[in-house]
Amino acid sequence: MINFAANTTYTLPILVHAAVPLTIIVVYALVAIWGERKVAGFIQDRLGPMHVGRWHGWAQSIADLLKLLQKEDIVPKDASRFLFKFAPFMMFAASYAAFAVIPFSSGYIGSNINIGVFYLLAVTSLLTLSIIMAAWASNNKWSLLGGMRSAAQMVSYEVPTIATVLTVIVVAGSLNLMTITEMQAGNDILGFLPNWLIFQNPFLIVAFIIFFISILAEAHRVPFDLPESESELVAGYQTEYSGIRWAMFMLAEYADMLLLSLLGAVLFFGGWNSPFGDFMSGPFWEFFWFMLKGLLLVFVMMWIRWTLPRYRVDQLMHICWGILIPLSFINLVLVALWEVIF
Amino acid sequence: MTDQISNIAEKREMTINMGPQHPSTHGVLRLELDLDGEVIKNTRPNIGYLHRCFEKYAEEMDDYSKVIPYTDRMDYVSAMNQEHGYVIAVERMLEIEVPERVEYIRVIMAEMQRIASHLLGIGAFGLDLGAFTPFLYCFIEREKILDIFEKTSGARLLYNYYAIGGMIKDVHPDFKKDTNEFVKTFRPKIKELNDLLSGNKIFIKRTANIGVLPEKVALNYGASGPVLRGSGVEWDLRKNDPYSIYDRFDFEIPIGKGEMGTLGDCWDRYIVRVREMEQSLRIIEQALEGMPDEGDVTEGIPKRIRPKEGELYARSETPRGELGYYIISDKSASPFRVKARAPSFVHLGLLPAISKGALIADMVAIVGSIDIVLGEVDR
Amino acid sequence: MKTPEEIFNYLTNQFGEEDLSFESRDIGQPWITVLASKIREVSKFLRDDSELLFDTLMCLSGIHYPKEEELGVAYHLHSTKLTHNIALKVRVPESKPNVPSVESIWKTANWHEREAWDMVGVVFDDHPNHKRILLPDDWEGHPLRKDYVQQEFYQGMPTGE
Repeated sequence: MINFAANTTYTLPILVHAAVPLTIIVVYALVAIWGERKVAGFIQDRLGPMHVGRWHGWAQSIADLLKLLQKEDIVPKDASRFLFKFAPFMMFAASYAAFAVIPFSSGYIGSNINIGVFYLLAVTSLLTLSIIMAAWASNNKWSLLGGMRSAAQMVSYEVPTIATVLTVIVVAGSLNLMTITEMQAGNDILGFLPNWLIFQNPFLIVAFIIFFISILAEAHRVPFDLPESESELVAGYQTEYSGIRWAMFMLAEYADMLLLSLLGAVLFFGGWNSPFGDFMSGPFWEFFWFMLKGLLLVFVMMWIRWTLPRYRVDQLMHICWGILIPLSFINLVLVALWEVIF
Repeated sequence: MTDQISNIAEKREMTINMGPQHPSTHGVLRLELDLDGEVIKNTRPNIGYLHRCFEKYAEEMDDYSKVIPYTDRMDYVSAMNQEHGYVIAVERMLEIEVPERVEYIRVIMAEMQRIASHLLGIGAFGLDLGAFTPFLYCFIEREKILDIFEKTSGARLLYNYYAIGGMIKDVHPDFKKDTNEFVKTFRPKIKELNDLLSGNKIFIKRTANIGVLPEKVALNYGASGPVLRGSGVEWDLRKNDPYSIYDRFDFEIPIGKGEMGTLGDCWDRYIVRVREMEQSLRIIEQALEGMPDEGDVTEGIPKRIRPKEGELYARSETPRGELGYYIISDKSASPFRVKARAPSFVHLGLLPAISKGALIADMVAIVGSIDIVLGEVDR
Repeated sequence: MKTPEEIFNYLTNQFGEEDLSFESRDIGQPWITVLASKIREVSKFLRDDSELLFDTLMCLSGIHYPKEEELGVAYHLHSTKLTHNIALKVRVPESKPNVPSVESIWKTANWHEREAWDMVGVVFDDHPNHKRILLPDDWEGHPLRKDYVQQEFYQGMPTGE
């Protein structure tokens, strides 16, 4: 047991390690919310925010955040007060804690542990719990329905997510995200393609598609945004929240999106490795490539959101249990065979 | 709270209020739903939140023409059609003919309004199912129509443009040019909409086989307009009981065929609206061609409106269905009784019949597919 | 397809002359006045007879006649198969405004009859859900009566003028 208060040699590094991902998340969330509105605007043939901060409304998210900070913090009369107030922070904590094992560059990882993937998947399961907590504590029937939907959806979609992650682990032979990244260095496939896992094995392309669909559902993005579907459940578990607590939900959601996209980048697209071999590599460029890959996946999520309608709850379950899970397990077996043969 | 939840758990059923503040009830409709999980056991629509005493006002007005602005506010999404229905009713009571040019302007306006209203209906339907983008694409086109209306009548939503025996004023000099241009640019947009929404796999999954309304039930519940046609009944008052000059135009009545699922499901009702827009374009084109260039649209407006004693029920086809005005005259300057038979009112009445056993998400689709306007339901 | 006169003659063969009468005014459409107690039978016949086939009830309206101290109900029927129309009317005294419900024949009548009760105060016997529809359940009076006086307070709230 470390005595944090007394032992500054430990406290300072821990604080720094905690501050780096937090800064990344907050800056990313502000940019991503602005970006999402811009993406939506362009897809819908309009401009999106244009005024705040003069240049293409870049300060819109900051203005929104300031507005949310000033708003009244409303707790419904019959709500379960403690759980209601605690849930948003727990949700953010869950997605924030998972960033500890994400290797942002070859020189920086919060905690380089051997069971990184396992830790990440375990910690993000807390998200479900906090959503149910929020839904139950609100004492609102619509919230409760949203919470129920969310529990069913996230528990179900964790199965194909884990199955596809397992597929990657079979190929990589490690649970450590840093090791998985490092083994994808170099450009050897067909002479020019980077050694990313997605190019190494044809079945991993299938695995990536399943993985991406599953993380859409895990992050509650269209077409699987049922727990918070605005036109059905009036925003589901968020219905009763306002002000800063609601902002925490938003932040957690965007953080979750980024987390899962970054996980996808590590598992399939070589993490912080540059696509051009040694060209443009180095600590800064590694961070740049890693974030670029993650943000591209985030962009695809936004693109899908503004294009597709939403599935119904039973269809969502059918896609998971009827299609994705059998497919991901068959795929796992095939990948294993491929690894044995070649 | 714990007691409450354990009660729910014991009964396995809970009652939930959908509305009056709910994004998918298209206004201030309240649906009391009895739920088992997410399955709807029972639906009880509650209306009246937007009741503005249209019928009482109409009786209190000392002039038949003063009622027209109130008709606008019934179905505020298709105000031109509402006015059209009312003025033809009163004209029939007065037994007056209106000039040729007026008839053509009325038909063009009514059909443009039909397109605008269907665009809103389709867009909002997509929005209910979670597709945000088609909604805004529809709005871009709707804006163009509203611009044309604004140039002529001065208003964008509630026009007060039709008058008994004529129009309030002549159309804007650019009217013909603008409308022609709109017709030309709008055709490809329908294809775009079909690509984006009608053929979308998820959209079809959400709407096919949902809220099936068989023909017999539809007739018994008095359905009309796209809701009835979606059930495969070829019934359009513009063809079957022509008013104004609709008998001069060549157009078809699109009906539901059960292409994606069962006949009379949400998708059928939706696609009827899309196809109707194409037919409306055909009518507009023909009307623009046949419209006389000269003629005073205000000359036929009678100075004094005093029908003889009698009563009639006049109906017309609005974007939502059969709009009927039952007017009783007692020889005085104000109507003795005006009853508006609003299609949305009737369609909302059949909601409990087609929503049994559906999920909450289906409920949203069903309400969207019957395309109600609460202003008309509550009057 | 039949004209209203033909429909009236066809009906009088089936029902007694005393139950029905044909009326028209200077302008507009004629109608058949039916004895209140017979309306359900007549409606059923109109719907089911192979030469009439009135499959839809377009409109049902409540009317108040202050001079006669009577309430009226107008039914506008239409046949999609034979494309003919007819209007029926029922008159009942204000003191006993009971009319049999036609809800079992045309489901459209369900809400329209509720509205007629709400607005004019016609009581429909055997209606499955005989409640107000547009106004709150505890509202006083029926606004579309010509002698209606608006209540001053509704649940403690002033209602205007």
